[in-house]
Amino acid sequence: MNISKYVIPFEQCDLSMVDRVGGKCASLGELMRANVPVPPGFAVTTDAYVRFLEDNGLKDKILKRLEGLQDGMVEEINRASEQIRGWIEAGSIAEFLEDFFCEYYRILSKRTRTPACPVAVRSSATAEDLPGASFAGQQDTYLWTRGAEDLLDRVKKCWSSLFTPRAIAYRANMGFPHAQVLISVAVQKMVRSFTAGVMFTINPATGDRATVVIDSNWGYGESVVSGEVTPDQFHVNKITLEITNRTISDKAIYYTTDPETDEVKQLETEDERRNQQTLLDAEIVDLAKLAKGIEKHYGKPMDIEWATEKTLPYKGEIFIVQSRPETVWSRKEARPVAEPGKSALEYIVAGLIQGKKVR
Amino acid sequence: MAELKFPSPHEAEIIPGTEGWERMYPYHYQFTTEDPARRKYEESMFWFYDGLHYPEPMYPFDIIWDEAWFLALSQFNSRIFIVPPAMGIDHRIHNGYIYITPLPVANPEEIPQRAEQFMKRAGYYYQNWDKLHDNWEEKMKGIIGELSELKIPALPEMEDESVVFDGLGISTGYTLLNAYDKLIDLGIKCWQYHFEFLNLGYAAYVFFVDFCQKAFPDIPLQTITQMVAGIDVIIYRPDEELKKLAKLSVELGVDDVAMTGKSDQVLAAMEGSENGKKWLEAFQAAREPWFWVSTGTGWYHHDLSWNDDLNIPLDAMKIYIEKIRAGESIDRPTAEIQKKRDELATGYRELLSTEEDRATFDNMLGQARTVFPYVENHLFYVEHWFHSLFWNKMREVSAILKEHKFINDVEDVWYLKRSEIKDALWDVVTAWATGSNGRGPLVWPKEIEWRKGVMEKFREWTPPDAMGQVPETITEPFTIVLWGVTSDSMTNWAKLKAVAEGDLTKVVGFPGSPGTVEGIVRVCRTVKDIGQLQEGEILVAPTTSPSWAPAFQKIKAAVTDVGGVMCHAAIVCREYGLPAIVGTGSATSRLKTGMRIKLDGATGEIEILS
Repeated sequence: MNISKYVIPFEQCDLSMVDRVGGKCASLGELMRANVPVPPGFAVTTDAYVRFLEDNGLKDKILKRLEGLQDGMVEEINRASEQIRGWIEAGSIAEFLEDFFCEYYRILSKRTRTPACPVAVRSSATAEDLPGASFAGQQDTYLWTRGAEDLLDRVKKCWSSLFTPRAIAYRANMGFPHAQVLISVAVQKMVRSFTAGVMFTINPATGDRATVVIDSNWGYGESVVSGEVTPDQFHVNKITLEITNRTISDKAIYYTTDPETDEVKQLETEDERRNQQTLLDAEIVDLAKLAKGIEKHYGKPMDIEWATEKTLPYKGEIFIVQSRPETVWSRKEARPVAEPGKSALEYIVAGLIQGKKVR
Repeated sequence: MAELKFPSPHEAEIIPGTEGWERMYPYHYQFTTEDPARRKYEESMFWFYDGLHYPEPMYPFDIIWDEAWFLALSQFNSRIFIVPPAMGIDHRIHNGYIYITPLPVANPEEIPQRAEQFMKRAGYYYQNWDKLHDNWEEKMKGIIGELSELKIPALPEMEDESVVFDGLGISTGYTLLNAYDKLIDLGIKCWQYHFEFLNLGYAAYVFFVDFCQKAFPDIPLQTITQMVAGIDVIIYRPDEELKKLAKLSVELGVDDVAMTGKSDQVLAAMEGSENGKKWLEAFQAAREPWFWVSTGTGWYHHDLSWNDDLNIPLDAMKIYIEKIRAGESIDRPTAEIQKKRDELATGYRELLSTEEDRATFDNMLGQARTVFPYVENHLFYVEHWFHSLFWNKMREVSAILKEHKFINDVEDVWYLKRSEIKDALWDVVTAWATGSNGRGPLVWPKEIEWRKGVMEKFREWTPPDAMGQVPETITEPFTIVLWGVTSDSMTNWAKLKAVAEGDLTKVVGFPGSPGTVEGIVRVCRTVKDIGQLQEGEILVAPTTSPSWAPAFQKIKAAVTDVGGVMCHAAIVCREYGLPAIVGTGSATSRLKTGMRIKLDGATGEIEILS
């Protein structure tokens, strides 16, 4: 398949394409290239967004409407946001673009053997997920979108999310010109998570680079990410892949999908599952292997969101939902542990003189 | 960390009925309040119980090795290599249990000067390690030779004519006293050599550990040990010899003979065929020196060697023969061990974040790998080979005391201090010389009966982990690595205690080798019990030593009362990829054969399921 101007499957995205597919899609593509199992999907490119604005004559109209707005002008920003989002959501997508989107959506449904495949529609801003300028969470996410019509509607909603009052204020505050920030949309197959969570390729508590730390709860990762539950925690040694530590927590709630409405809702965890280990040991090791691969691909400690999907009590299929550089430890300057240039004997003497703290 | 409080050494419990126990041990081992300065010193120090070496109370004779290392370890730190901030390790005894404390250099201003000396002196040893080590082996073989040749003469009714005609000018009475002195002297000397390399070996290892822990705060101690552990170390040789003999018996078709009966029957039956004789020849060759391996740690007189009871190696060999017959490999997975060791070293090295650290890592690892084989090998020469011969020589001395009715049984001699034995021998030889009766028979049998009772009471008593004041830092390398006295371990002591006193379904020890398993317990109190092990059981033992090796072919995990991350059970389990929990203090009494348990070798926790 040729790389299309308007729609690009994740497997063809990479980090060089951030300005066209946004940070999220680019990094998902990167992960796929590193043989990391990512739920399949495609990027609606910034070209599609630009084309949509042009077709609807919105580009200058929006910029004009934003002129003179500054951080702190809460009322004015709110009004502008409402108006601009209204224009975008009422705009019409050119027929050929609609065809593109629908065709890719059909292929995705076929590939995942799911009629009207439920997808997550998320904005993938070109300035998002970049270290040092995190826009994460500033744009909208539409989970469990099914069918072409809803898809097109949510794509427009994502486009318009570039103009939420928060996003406008943030750009004004940070001095990002509105005209330069474009948006792409990620359309990704939904994972019906049996368990999910986050993992770090470094121990965030100690900075040990040989440890992968996995946090996990039943259902969607939301409960872990938001900190609503104390998740199970597993430490895996990166070199030996041994589970070196496990803490099984009392997990009061979890998120799952209501099969009737396809809506995500919070449930109280059944008593028999509350204190049960959420992952099989084999899954823990598989996750650690993936974490190792991802870190190796990026060459730095990473922070990864993952999920498993399964119907049988056997090992589930693991998906990586998101991955970004770890920020706390990787910002620290890499300084030698030992004073360099010393002979082993000098190191021994220095150590002897210092002794070991026992209190 | 919670405030750690230990009792004052002068307020330690006295067991009723043992009053006067102090005379069983050297006088300077007592805690005392008589002198204010000494009292103050003893109160201010941190005395911890050396459970690593002494899981049971000291026999008055066996304390000889404690005295030997009291001197040897300390002098190499303080007066020979000049370890910059550390002097020696002081010793005390209470209710038969040894308490030790490391002494720092009192005046910190001396440390830079000491460091200079240390660089020069230790530097020389590190640089010439292999050459000096070869020399050490020669010296050790030399004194072991002297020991085996040492004659303990029985006192004759009349001296041989040669005393007169060769103009010898001395009697057997003198020779006996002299032989006893020589025997004790060889023991003390052997322990001088024991520490020639050990302090420096541990120092190199401790600071490699220190570097790894700074770079990787989560790194388990067992992983570091795996990176430096030697592959081809002689402490495994006795077991290797046993495997060879098992294979040879199958090859020669005499394995059926080997599988039958007691050792004397097996050896007699082997004489009956050509192939049997061939096997016997190999068997006899292996016995010197490899069957001098002890069935315990070698620290106690009751730790018999294979040569003392050939049933032990022959029964263990049956396990190997069964495995060979079943078509299973009994070889140590040396290629895998090597691979694992390299993977760990390369893996951790790669994860270091600077080039400088990788250079330091290479340096420290190289040094640690040079010294570590000594740390493992000296055990065979000293604690096994030398000690096994030594205990038997002492039994010869004891036989003379028995002959003269100074003691009722050869095995009673261990209840006497070495100085008391010398006194008793004087009593024997002067009585022999004069033709009178010694006083010994009126003194020693009674005293020994009393001491046996005292020892029984000591055994029932639980020594506190430590006494005195916890210091801010510890600089003495042995204290850190061998006894593992660090803030972590002290927290762990507290944890062990809390668990022991509280939750009855849990036993906690130190993580020896990672992995989780569930299975059935088999308690083996001595190596003689390993024949009862069923395939896939969990071995629970007081401690293990190389002569336990065949047991590891059958089990799926091991638990011990005594030992740290470098103990035999931990090392072997890591090699075979079996989980191990060591140093539980009480597993052999709390766990019973047939119990179902679940254990996690990474955390050191054992759960009793049923």
